[in-house]
Amino acid sequence: MTKFEYAPAPESTTIVDIKSEYGLFINGKFVAAKGGKTFLTINPATEKTLAKISYASNSDVDKAVAAATDAFKKVWSKTSPSERGKYLYRIARILQERAREFAVLESMDNGKPIKETRDVDIPLAAAHFFYHAGWADKLDHAGLGVNPKPHGVVGQIIPWNFPLLMLSWKIAPALATGNTVVLKPAETTPLTALLFAEVCQQAGLPEGVVNIITGDGATGAYLVNHPGIAKIAFTGSTEVGKGIARAISGTSKALTLELGGKGANIVYDDAAIDEAVEGIVSGIFFNQGHVCCAGSRLLLQENVAEEVTEKLKKRMALIRVGDPLDKNTDLGAINSKAQLEKIQELSAAGDAEGAQRWSPECVLPGTGFWFKPTIFSGVTQAHRIAQEEIFGPVLSIITFRTPQEAIEKANNTPFGLSAGIWTDKGSKILWSAQRLKAGVIWANTFNKFDPASPFGGYKESGWGREGGRHGLSAYVKVAK
Amino acid sequence: MTRIDVLKTYKLFINGAFPRGESGRVYEVKDAQGKFLANPCQASRKDLREAVVAARTAQSGWVGATAYLRGQILYRASEMMQARKSEFVDALVAAEGKSKKAADDEVLAAIDTWVWYAGWSDKISTIAGSTNQVSGPYYNFTIPEAVGVVTIFADSKSTLLTLVSSIGAVISTGNTCVVIASEKSPLTAITLAEALATSDLPAGVVNILTGKSAELVSWVGSHMDIDAVDVSGLSKKSEADVRLAGADNLKRVHRFTEIKSSQRILSFVENKTVWHPIGV
Repeated sequence: MTKFEYAPAPESTTIVDIKSEYGLFINGKFVAAKGGKTFLTINPATEKTLAKISYASNSDVDKAVAAATDAFKKVWSKTSPSERGKYLYRIARILQERAREFAVLESMDNGKPIKETRDVDIPLAAAHFFYHAGWADKLDHAGLGVNPKPHGVVGQIIPWNFPLLMLSWKIAPALATGNTVVLKPAETTPLTALLFAEVCQQAGLPEGVVNIITGDGATGAYLVNHPGIAKIAFTGSTEVGKGIARAISGTSKALTLELGGKGANIVYDDAAIDEAVEGIVSGIFFNQGHVCCAGSRLLLQENVAEEVTEKLKKRMALIRVGDPLDKNTDLGAINSKAQLEKIQELSAAGDAEGAQRWSPECVLPGTGFWFKPTIFSGVTQAHRIAQEEIFGPVLSIITFRTPQEAIEKANNTPFGLSAGIWTDKGSKILWSAQRLKAGVIWANTFNKFDPASPFGGYKESGWGREGGRHGLSAYVKVAK
Repeated sequence: MTRIDVLKTYKLFINGAFPRGESGRVYEVKDAQGKFLANPCQASRKDLREAVVAARTAQSGWVGATAYLRGQILYRASEMMQARKSEFVDALVAAEGKSKKAADDEVLAAIDTWVWYAGWSDKISTIAGSTNQVSGPYYNFTIPEAVGVVTIFADSKSTLLTLVSSIGAVISTGNTCVVIASEKSPLTAITLAEALATSDLPAGVVNILTGKSAELVSWVGSHMDIDAVDVSGLSKKSEADVRLAGADNLKRVHRFTEIKSSQRILSFVENKTVWHPIGV
């Protein structure tokens, strides 16, 4: 049979207008950072500079918190819930209108494939605002407790793996419940958050309700410790999350955390193997594996392990790695040099500890940060690659004989964010789901997200849920 | 000649048994008039560990029981409390100097509160769970599940009423617990343990320690097999210590003032969301 090669199909970048320099978004306006300190954000696929970003000093953070406090007291707490909701509907609509622009910009700043930003990140971000808009005037009916009240000013810190989507997970419920926000995007992916600031302006959102400050970990730490912040919402590493929990231990600040994971994707011998293989691929290679809920441990029942592994390898050979803006690309660039080095280090540990590495033949671009889709077989529970979050396109394969053993191995981690179950038997799905210590369980599917579906982890994967009715409770105070 | 009363030896309650503290330490508890009342055990770090092991071991069976059965077992415990009503009243009058009427009211309220929590066992997922209308061909539901092993620092404000609120809320959903009784008024807690021991509650579901809470705070905070802590009985300072040490395994830490409150239950559950495709 003739093999048809793919022609390049790059998405045009003319739709985005990247400024050479961005200020901080405080009190409805873009302002330069005090002292004029800046840092660069680059395209990880080309290593070319995209823009100069303002580095928020402590006094800038103070200003942002003051603006949010003022907006809470004078405007937002006096805005009726249904009017709050209408602002969120406006934001959702503008995000949909400008979706292509956001998709291209996100792909450039993050390195993820355009087909994912176009089909997942941006539509879901808009959906989060649309969903939460409808909650704003129904909080008394949501079963959150008697007379739920907003916390006030919320400090939010988000990661680089889903920049705009994480922003929407944070800002939409915060505003719907009547809080005002100071949000810090990740150092390596600030651009869509800054474009979102323009959306707030277009939506006519009152000044100071959303403030966006750019910087690094020190900026985030100052925000966390700021006395004007009543509640903190953080998505990121377990290590930093624990640090935040310690930092606020002596305060009355509320805290929700969405942290790391080491999700087990369990394939029983009665699963539809071809479908399972697709699920394994999306479980670990979606978004370059930069996913806290990735199915990074593949648990295969021993009698189908060889068959699944062979089919997985065949499927992996078809994964197209390269230009994130190419519409046919499956696996884009690793977000940063630092992250690439972490993936390389943990993969080397996998080799050193005796697991067998395999990657398909593929040519990686000469510039930028890249890592081949990779599987390790012969992994044991004690291996670092079975215990530590790699946050890259690297899958550890472990085998099991009985369902009991699968559950025991799946739960043998301090994390508890996600898990997958592949079987044709309904009762086995429910039996497994009941026993897995994980906040999100995908049965015969993987890596599905929706604003109506609560997301969050057991154990050291976090505190609280985001999305759905359950996610609202993180943003309100009730008597208890 | 007046008869000499047979006095009760107050011991710890671990894994359904009443052992003395392993360290052999006791401390003196006096009644409201300052008269000697009892020498309860001063639990050590090792006693705490034993209690956590008992609670962890009991948890899978307890959460694995049907919610209906848990509800019946909790209700059975309230029957035992009712039968011991006068013992609780006497204890509150003697140890805490409460009037007979106040003690009577508290004990009756405590029994009723326990019954209130017993009834929640098979209803919490109805009010706290959900089916979620995701935009795709998926069936998606969320259910609350017990978080695991919870340590309760019992509030000393109303020793029986707050104690049963804390314990009832925690165990109704399938958690197991280790209770650190009020340091000043620990005897009610041990009397409650005696009621629980004669109910059908499986060993290890509730474990009760007496002693110096200040001594146990850091061990509770740093224990990696405790999932959550009710700090209602601690000072703000000690709460901060539990939170600081508890960050190592991200313990869920909560403080309560309400008695009958679904928030007490919801604070010690994790919500699990399950997706499945819909199709032929």
